[in-house]
Amino acid sequence: MVDPVFIRVVLLACLAWIASVPAQAAERFITVASTTSTEQSGLFGHLLPLFTRASGIEVRVVALGTGQALALARRGDADVVFVHDPVAEEKFVSEGYGRGRQRVMYNDFVLIGPKADPARVAGSGDIAQALQRIHATASPFASRADKSGTHAAELRLWRLAGKDPQDGRAKWYRETGSGMGPTLNTAAAMNAYVLTDRGTWLSFKNRADLVILVEGDQRLFNQYGVILVNSEKHPHVKHALGQQFVDWLTSKPGQNAIAGYRIGGEQLFFPNAGGS
Amino acid sequence: MLEYVKRCIVRVWAIDTLRDAGLQALELMIGLDEAMMNIVALSVQVSLSAVVLSCLIALPIGAATAVGRFPGRQAIIVVMNAFMGLPPVVVGLIVYLALSRAGPLGPMGLLFTPTAMVLAQALLVTPIIAALTRQIVADAWEEYREQLQSLGSNGFRSALTLIWDTRFSLLTAVLAGLGRATAEVGAVMIVGGNIDGVTRVMTTAIALETSKGDLALALALGAILILLVVMLNSSAYLISEAARRRYG
Repeated sequence: MVDPVFIRVVLLACLAWIASVPAQAAERFITVASTTSTEQSGLFGHLLPLFTRASGIEVRVVALGTGQALALARRGDADVVFVHDPVAEEKFVSEGYGRGRQRVMYNDFVLIGPKADPARVAGSGDIAQALQRIHATASPFASRADKSGTHAAELRLWRLAGKDPQDGRAKWYRETGSGMGPTLNTAAAMNAYVLTDRGTWLSFKNRADLVILVEGDQRLFNQYGVILVNSEKHPHVKHALGQQFVDWLTSKPGQNAIAGYRIGGEQLFFPNAGGS
Repeated sequence: MLEYVKRCIVRVWAIDTLRDAGLQALELMIGLDEAMMNIVALSVQVSLSAVVLSCLIALPIGAATAVGRFPGRQAIIVVMNAFMGLPPVVVGLIVYLALSRAGPLGPMGLLFTPTAMVLAQALLVTPIIAALTRQIVADAWEEYREQLQSLGSNGFRSALTLIWDTRFSLLTAVLAGLGRATAEVGAVMIVGGNIDGVTRVMTTAIALETSKGDLALALALGAILILLVVMLNSSAYLISEAARRRYG
């Protein structure tokens, strides 16, 4: 028989523990709105502990698509944005939400598709031509369609190819409206072509029949930038701490740390700070 | 029969993902993986807090609508019943807009904290507990109304008495709410941000591993979450059984 006093003590202890939830006191931390690619590729897992050790500042990353990350920062819910859509980033800064944008690193997009390659795009190394072939053969293509950096890049590439995938509400062009990982999962399940950043692809595990088909085209360049949110728009923004993070990312130690991140011996991101 | 079961197990075991998931779940649990234990602890803490908070609101509302007769009572009942099915992602969005720096509660700086997650889950859970409480207390009211009134008990005292008398049935209502809280992912993802070590709970961790394509790890975490919920429910059952035997 359980002693009722014991039960009461246990319940009280539970309540006390529950009540301790909000007590997560705010020490020195900043909130960074970033992309799924930097988080899911494991880059932040490698980078942030190094920064925290050097500065004593904890970095809390909210990983979203670039469009959503910038929207979050516009509302003042982040101190720093670290994303990859130069056009949208410039707009963000010119609207006064950010204090200057700095280049941090780059990698590249790759066109993924089924090994069987029904549109025969493999090896051409010409992304515009590849998209034209996918369009011509109406082969399944999975699009993020979520205003992320990768989605913006994909739409730019379609324009370069001179094709409108939405043309006639084509059935082969499938908008998933979700992140890179879920879109890759979808593409793997329906053997579709899909554009992804290399970092996410390298760390992605559920590849099924998908392989890299087009890479190395200069137009597949993928630049990441960092922006400190303007504390004149949002006074609560942790200006000094955020600045330290931006400075570190673009400094020698930060850049070396980025270059040092590898998966299976392959470098994922290439530092290129300096200038905008 | 036994042969058939054995063949099924062998066949399921042959699916790589399931086998890996099983092994990883065992590994995580036996090794008491620290990162995972923190995620488990936060999940339990957030969901239990949300349920406690909900009970403070839902039990009085449920009992009042069961016993009392006041204008707007029927509207409240309909709303409670309808809101049992509130979409978590909508609740998440509403709480996000409220807590966002640009929102009305922005200056409190609660966005992306466990407290924000508690609030969102409490909003989801309150209608469930309130609606079920109303039903349970209304049934008891039906049965004991004359008795209570003959003892000169007013509405307020009757409601209190009925909540106490139906406490073992109400436990089921509370557990239904707890189930909803621990299972939802849409709301905590938006208001918590799934920040590693700060607001990452079991469901958001599962969503993250799924999007990384690590389906085995995602499934392993799923198995642990289900086990956790079973454990919470078992303890609730054991405590209530012990209390029932004691107090009748």
